[in-house]
Amino acid sequence: MNALRAGFLLAVIVSLLCGRPAFAQERPIAFLGAEVIPIAGPAIPAGAVVVQGGRIVAVGPAATTPIPPDAEKIDSSGKVIMPGLVDTHSHVGGGRGGDSSGPVQPDVRILDSINVRDAGFRKCRAGGLTTLNIMPGSGHLASGQTVYVKLRPANTIEDILYRDTTGTILGGLKMANGTNSQQEPPFPGTRGKSAAIVRQKFLKAIAYRDKIAQAAGDREKLPDRDLELESLVDVLEGRKIVHHHTHRADDIITVLRLRDEFGFKAVLHHASEAWKVAHELAKAGVGCSVIVLDSPGGKIEMMDFSLVTGAVLEKAGVACAFHTDDPVTDSRLFLRTAALGVRAGMSREKALEALTLAGARMLDLEGRIGSLEPGKDADLVVLSGDPLSVHTKVLQTFVEGKKVFDRDDPEDRLFAVGGYGASRDQDAESCCMSTRAVESKR
Amino acid sequence: MTASRATPRAGLLAAMAYAAMLAWPASAMAADGTIAIRGDTVHTMAGPAITDGVVLIEAGRVRQVGPVADVVIPAGTKLLRGTVVTPGLVDAHTVVGLSGYLNQPQDQDQLDTVDPLQPELRAIDAYNPQERLIEWVRGFGVTTIHTGHAPGGLISGQTMIAKTRGETADEAVIKPVAMVAVTLGDDARAKGDGAEKKSPGTRSKAVAMLRGELVKAQEYVRKQSLAEEAKRPDKDLRLEALSKVLAGEWPLLVTADRAADLASALRIADEFKLRIVLDSGAEAYLLTDRIKAAGVPVIVHPTMRRAGAGETENLSFETAATLKKAGIPVALQSGYEGYVPKTRVALFEAALAAANGLSFDEALAAITIDAARIIGVADRVGSLAPGKDGDVAIFDGDPFEYTTHCTAVVIDGEVLSDEPR
Repeated sequence: MNALRAGFLLAVIVSLLCGRPAFAQERPIAFLGAEVIPIAGPAIPAGAVVVQGGRIVAVGPAATTPIPPDAEKIDSSGKVIMPGLVDTHSHVGGGRGGDSSGPVQPDVRILDSINVRDAGFRKCRAGGLTTLNIMPGSGHLASGQTVYVKLRPANTIEDILYRDTTGTILGGLKMANGTNSQQEPPFPGTRGKSAAIVRQKFLKAIAYRDKIAQAAGDREKLPDRDLELESLVDVLEGRKIVHHHTHRADDIITVLRLRDEFGFKAVLHHASEAWKVAHELAKAGVGCSVIVLDSPGGKIEMMDFSLVTGAVLEKAGVACAFHTDDPVTDSRLFLRTAALGVRAGMSREKALEALTLAGARMLDLEGRIGSLEPGKDADLVVLSGDPLSVHTKVLQTFVEGKKVFDRDDPEDRLFAVGGYGASRDQDAESCCMSTRAVESKR
Repeated sequence: MTASRATPRAGLLAAMAYAAMLAWPASAMAADGTIAIRGDTVHTMAGPAITDGVVLIEAGRVRQVGPVADVVIPAGTKLLRGTVVTPGLVDAHTVVGLSGYLNQPQDQDQLDTVDPLQPELRAIDAYNPQERLIEWVRGFGVTTIHTGHAPGGLISGQTMIAKTRGETADEAVIKPVAMVAVTLGDDARAKGDGAEKKSPGTRSKAVAMLRGELVKAQEYVRKQSLAEEAKRPDKDLRLEALSKVLAGEWPLLVTADRAADLASALRIADEFKLRIVLDSGAEAYLLTDRIKAAGVPVIVHPTMRRAGAGETENLSFETAATLKKAGIPVALQSGYEGYVPKTRVALFEAALAAANGLSFDEALAAITIDAARIIGVADRVGSLAPGKDGDVAIFDGDPFEYTTHCTAVVIDGEVLSDEPR
């Protein structure tokens, strides 16, 4: 036990020194012979990906890429390797953000309510996902702070948090407009009221920020700490991205109007009618995180949902990522989302980027994930074939060079395919799917 | 824009007059009598696939199907081409037309929660053929739908079979009553205002109420044959409907997911000698022997149906394949969705089943001929054979591949969708 404990402590110290999690593997692994889709460049027909210490060391043609002599060589010929998928909008883990006490709750953190044992996480890995932005729901103007997670096997939420070099937990702020956040008082009843409440709150946050600045560290002059306003100051200062649920074209433009007034960074989520205002979005330089569904409707704001959104945004030069909104769509079928984007006119390259690098950019994580490039995290997925084919299976998923899903493992396969016991502890009635929520959103 | 909506009213009336002239059912009004569809591969579902085949449709019906060399195409015939040609797809269970895409009270007619026992509710009285989701699913090749009252009531009402065309329910319908919809399990519990004080509140209560109502219908039937007319019961729509169920004229469509509830359905069918079709069946793979022995078909839940703690927690992508391998007749469906997406698409559900254990032919059969057999319209739709309805779906590749498009849809010989989707 003592030896184990000492070993564990050593691993922790090493990981701290390296700025890497203890989870990261040390012996290099070389995946050889697969078609490698790096996203950062064109596909490599017979490629090599070398990973070590949790990071990618080399990517290139198998014939010319230097392979460390001590590397574990994995024959991946006949397979396809691409970066681990990045889901910019997920509700996996049964988390709940703000409650019914009010429409603006930026102090609430989704990370305080996530069950890391939820079967949904296993299914995410089975779908090739390695990074999620877990969001609270859309029933508030601001329902709480989102959290970016890395899908390592987890005992507690701490095991999967993304942190920056200072140790700060990374995430954004979930906001919403349109009908979902309109309810009985104290919630807004109209779109105009929704915007007014948000503006008032941001004005308060600006005053709070200015007071702190004016105090210049003088403890006598500092305002009392306010968790809500602190969170909004993070947004005002660009430390947190606003992940904004919005469907209708006019609601989308309202987000841009508020963004321009207060100068925050925003990503438009769902953006069902983005195809109607693609040129405005291009001009505004804002990205969209888009959901692909099997039909329009389900609520009035979705009446003009279209499969062409990705293609229209690509043509207009608007950054487009996809998301699952799990449980709205199944994380195991995230590749399908990109394929349906291609079906409706998107290029293959942009559709695959929308599952990976485009999403990483929308989380400010493109320096670490989203493509297969030396120095980036060794998050990758091994596929049985063309990522856009219905017949393609996710065979293995790697996070920081460590295998976190293997379809050949019977337990992993259960989560990939379903069956008895595959979803027993899984929360499917998430924020956005319960009957009560639906009724209140009508 | 749908083709039928683009048709000027006068043209439509002319088409109807023409159809009437041919003494053809109103739903089979082909504006233009003859059309030939040529495909690199034609999956007839009535025999092996034909390479470079032609489907010749005359007066709304399939006249001939065969290799291009064997089919004489009359001069002036409208021609369509595609990579893959299949029969018009058959969605074995949906609620489109009753459950509208806006999901607002005014377009939700699939479930009345006031009374748990309502076998007298006719689907045709609520079916809106103009509903946008009908055009939506048709764009993906679906030409026949088994639609009607939704799961969620112990007996929620009747179902019907329609073509995905027509301006009125009467034009669309090909079978006004198909089945009577029953739900067992958690979803059978009373809903709506004051639900906690209403029955059924438990699984056992639901079964007791269903058996009680069937017994009542047996008594109704018995009393109808009493010699003394005064002792015969007054006409009762509810019991009339259940009489048809008892007589085997209308099957019960029993939606259930847990093995225990599926077993309850089989037990009731056995007790009252009913024809039943199992619907959804998330755990049907646990009961393959019993389902097979009972000779009961299963319309399996949408392959992509959400799993979560509760009734569907054990569902699997492979259920259709497991049942098929056990020799159970299987169809696939778009099902019922209460939120987004407001409907699924049978083509997509079959595609995922084809990627999870069903062969291409088995998966295609689950949304064509096998579906047609289970819902009782295989004499008209589900395969491409002489005499059958001229319903065809045309694709620019493997229909199950995500990136393939459905390029045209023909119903009763009329091109109703030709925008690739």
